[in-house]
Amino acid sequence: MAAPLLELSNVSTHFHSPAGRVRAVDGVSFTLEAGQTLGLVGESGSGKSVLARTIMGLLPSYAEIPEGSAISFNGQNLLTLDRKERRAISGPGIGMIFQDPMTSLNPVMKIGQQVYEGMRHHFGTSRKEGRERAVELLTEVGIPQPDVRVDQYPHQLSGGMRQRVAIAIALACEPKLLIADEPTTALDVTVQAGILDLLQREQRDRGMTMILITHDLGVVAGRCDNVAVMYAGGIVETGTTRSLFARTRMRYTQALLDSIPRLDRPPHERLKSIGGRPPNLINPPAGCRFAPRCSHRLAQCDTDMPPITSDEQDASHRFACWHPRDPDAAMQETAGGDAA
Amino acid sequence: MSDVLLDVRDLIVEFPTRKGLVQAVSGVTFQLKRGETLALVGESGCGKSTTARAVMQLPRPTSGSVVLDGDDLVAAGKRDLRRLRRRFQMIFQNPIASLNPRKRISDVIEKPLKIAGEMDAEKRRNAVMELLETVGLDPAVAMDKRPHEFSGGQCQRISIARALILEPDLLICDEPVSALDVSIQAQILNLLEDMKQRYDLTMLFISHDLAVVRNVADRVAVMYLGRFCEVGRSEELFDRPAHPYTRALLSAIPVPDPTVTPKPIEMIQGDLPSPISPPSGCRFRTRCPLASDRCTSEVPAMRDLPDGRAVACHHPLVDA
Repeated sequence: MAAPLLELSNVSTHFHSPAGRVRAVDGVSFTLEAGQTLGLVGESGSGKSVLARTIMGLLPSYAEIPEGSAISFNGQNLLTLDRKERRAISGPGIGMIFQDPMTSLNPVMKIGQQVYEGMRHHFGTSRKEGRERAVELLTEVGIPQPDVRVDQYPHQLSGGMRQRVAIAIALACEPKLLIADEPTTALDVTVQAGILDLLQREQRDRGMTMILITHDLGVVAGRCDNVAVMYAGGIVETGTTRSLFARTRMRYTQALLDSIPRLDRPPHERLKSIGGRPPNLINPPAGCRFAPRCSHRLAQCDTDMPPITSDEQDASHRFACWHPRDPDAAMQETAGGDAA
Repeated sequence: MSDVLLDVRDLIVEFPTRKGLVQAVSGVTFQLKRGETLALVGESGCGKSTTARAVMQLPRPTSGSVVLDGDDLVAAGKRDLRRLRRRFQMIFQNPIASLNPRKRISDVIEKPLKIAGEMDAEKRRNAVMELLETVGLDPAVAMDKRPHEFSGGQCQRISIARALILEPDLLICDEPVSALDVSIQAQILNLLEDMKQRYDLTMLFISHDLAVVRNVADRVAVMYLGRFCEVGRSEELFDRPAHPYTRALLSAIPVPDPTVTPKPIEMIQGDLPSPISPPSGCRFRTRCPLASDRCTSEVPAMRDLPDGRAVACHHPLVDA
């Protein structure tokens, strides 16, 4: 087994706000081996984007990473480096794609220039060479007429094409790790499939490692090796995609899966929704953070944080729950009621 | 009383732009039976929201007729339209932006009653409290708060209350759950279903999410560049799509099951063409795998299929 490319141990990200310290990410640990794709799933506010920005080093000044957090990329702890050192390593080593390609691209800079900007900075590539490389990359990500597009501006492209440009920019420095934060959420479903196919192909061809952040369990199901489910700042369940879907243990994961409307269900079927809403991250619950919304909670759930436990059949499948679901029981259980 | 609550015919909506006239809706015809939910689906820019707004007379359509229970809304004058408005109400995609941030929740929900000019203040207040309870909010807590103090899901409950306070016959929902997380989305979809039963609502439901549509709709209309491609009962349309565009849309949906490999959608290429100069003939032909010469020269007419569906395609995927 190869050494992990990325290893997070006990990573937290806190924000200082007038109301207090917001624990946006709280004690996250995982390892990602080279060449793998991890799906990071969660609802808004679960901390998945903050976690991505923590890895990238793109946090605002009011963020704080507490002592004891470590992000090891290629064997080096990124959090102990100064700005310049970190930029030299993660700049070319980690690429990122954001949700909204209109706001992540510079509206007043030509597309080609945005693609080769990173290469010039990190590798000192000449403009001429950079432009040629940009045309190649635009061709690779499926932009028609790349030699024309390279001199155009973002507003002259459709949303799907802009996201392809954003992918070309992220790939320009040949990163080892690509973080795609909700890359298709702002796009139509017909365009989404094309973008996801492209990401998958690039990941395979380049042997890249990828973190695909999404709120859509449908997107991770077909395209990720492993999945981590986040809730209220922490990872509550993680495992191989197959095991996580087939042997769901954590109650929140199951509730999330149950609440998705499905194409194979009859019309007007009552959906199993999760009552309530995620907790306030300034004063999170003492025990399991999902406990207040969980219909299977025990007294212990309210008082003690559940430890990370391994599934009996698959040790790589881990979850944090005092009262886990028994995947072998045929009984279909519901999580959460339909409360307001 | 006729079976049909809403009868929309040859609806056309045009907007002037600097680059020329954009026909956002190009001759759409459909009926809504009482108690039925019809969903309009399609990609962004296909005209589904514009169709919904034209039914609401926001703004009034360029031409065509929108008949609600015998009254033509397009022909109705301003005063008549205001009187008729209480019978058709709308909820919007962004629940926080669709509420006035400076008003208390009680004022927001009470306003339609005030405009309608009925009930005294105390009765109105009681009606608001009762409805808040019905949509799942605690009136004692919610009444005096302002929209920013609520989450997106709660704001959508407030919008639903505002739309229902006049007990309309028709509720138009424009992407009501698109801005919400899945767990909250399920709550709102269940609430809409409950409200539909309780108030005998007929619904026009706009969504780009076909799984959501599958859950709420009795019938589905698939829209592309301002025209309907296919209209039919949701079972048939989902199980055996007749229009190549419907099939493409369906095949693009990611299934939350790792044992299902994502199908490469070979059929749909490129982006939506510009509505300023739509393709001749069938508007989908530029992205359709089955396109022939006939599709370039001849606009496919809506025709009925034996199973009760209607499809506008020269090469439908099921036998006509």
